[in-house]
Amino acid sequence: MPHLNSAFNLACWLTHNHQDAEDVVQEAYLRAFRFFDGFHGEDGRAWLLTIVRNTFYSWYQERQKLRQETAFDEQLHQAGAGDSVGQMPPDNNPEALLISKDSERQLQQALQALPLEFREVMVMRELEELSYKQIAGIVGIPIGTVMSRLGRGRKLLAAILAPDTAPQER
Amino acid sequence: MMDHQEVQELLPAYADQELGIVETLEIERHLESCADCQREYAAQRIVSARFKKDASYFEAPAHLTQRIMDALPQDEPGTRFWQRSWSFNWRNAGAALAAMLALAWSVGLYLNLPSDQDKLTDEVVASHVRSLQVDHLSDVVSTDQHTVKPWFNGKLNFSPPVVDLAAQGFPLTGGRLDYLGGRPVAALVYRHAQHPINLYVWPTTERDVAPQLQNRQGYHLVRWTWDGMNYWAVSDLAARDLEQFGGMVRSMVRQ
Ligand SMILES: [Zn+2]
Repeated sequence: MPHLNSAFNLACWLTHNHQDAEDVVQEAYLRAFRFFDGFHGEDGRAWLLTIVRNTFYSWYQERQKLRQETAFDEQLHQAGAGDSVGQMPPDNNPEALLISKDSERQLQQALQALPLEFREVMVMRELEELSYKQIAGIVGIPIGTVMSRLGRGRKLLAAILAPDTAPQER
Repeated sequence: MMDHQEVQELLPAYADQELGIVETLEIERHLESCADCQREYAAQRIVSARFKKDASYFEAPAHLTQRIMDALPQDEPGTRFWQRSWSFNWRNAGAALAAMLALAWSVGLYLNLPSDQDKLTDEVVASHVRSLQVDHLSDVVSTDQHTVKPWFNGKLNFSPPVVDLAAQGFPLTGGRLDYLGGRPVAALVYRHAQHPINLYVWPTTERDVAPQLQNRQGYHLVRWTWDGMNYWAVSDLAARDLEQFGGMVRSMVRQ
């Protein structure tokens, strides 16, 4: 399946949950197959990540709405999701899985605290190594905004990691 | 010559080597004598390096490919393409399908020429996505057409038709002022089975155009022109449902 790792990585970082990420990625690939005729470009990975991101935001919107309507029970939901994945710890949190070193744990926690709009551009840049232009296309913002989000995101992250020594946010 | 403030703003792009040669040289020159910018540049590099080193990369689990293959419906338009072109049972040829798809994606078999209409389509989709992500679907939240319609008064120089389709399974949930193609437009927000639908309406001098269905980036769009108004509906609903929605809007507007 083309670009599956990139799709799954982004989905994990957006959803914070392996099970939800799988759901989002599956839905995104179904959309990609369904809408393949609408693809006219050369950058298949960027196109697919755009769909993953769009699918995530639809899913997120629906979940927010469900929460409001039915007083969504987070604990119940997470326990249920954890059952279907053999190796998952009880809280089913992907960050918890891979933490072995202190430095990693600190960073993962700091990233969790970062607003989504910063986290997504940072993941696309640092982990997927996409260009500013590609990120601008995926997120639907000007290239200058990609730059300022990356710049501000890094400052925020530095401030969370080392509040005393980090450069001040302007 | 760039001043300190401009250099500060460009430092993230400089750290990422995303600037042109002229800007890069200017920043290098400024950095030689500005301790403030040197610190900021170092901070950008350090956080970036730490992210690359310590942030987890989540690789897709082995069962995910199979799970997606199993979920692919057999009669979708996207799969018809494969059946038509190669006439094999693609459900038993997942690897071959994936390989071909990768090839098609990387080579870009489907090159269409971009047009103004295309750009507008992109804008409509971008606006729809934006409305989903910032929790900013509606400026006026109401299911009552008699509340939503007057809300646009004074905000737009035209009066968009606002129809109530709750009985047909498409409840109105609000309205929003938006911009498409550089002009203010009315965005009416409907829902169908939890799926939001944005219906964009703005005036035009062009003649009537019958409904057209399009898809773009995982969304369906239906657009038409009637009686001096452009209508664009966009949603992640199935094509059939969105076309049905458009049909109901048209029949109600004509009443
Ligand atoms: Zn300076």
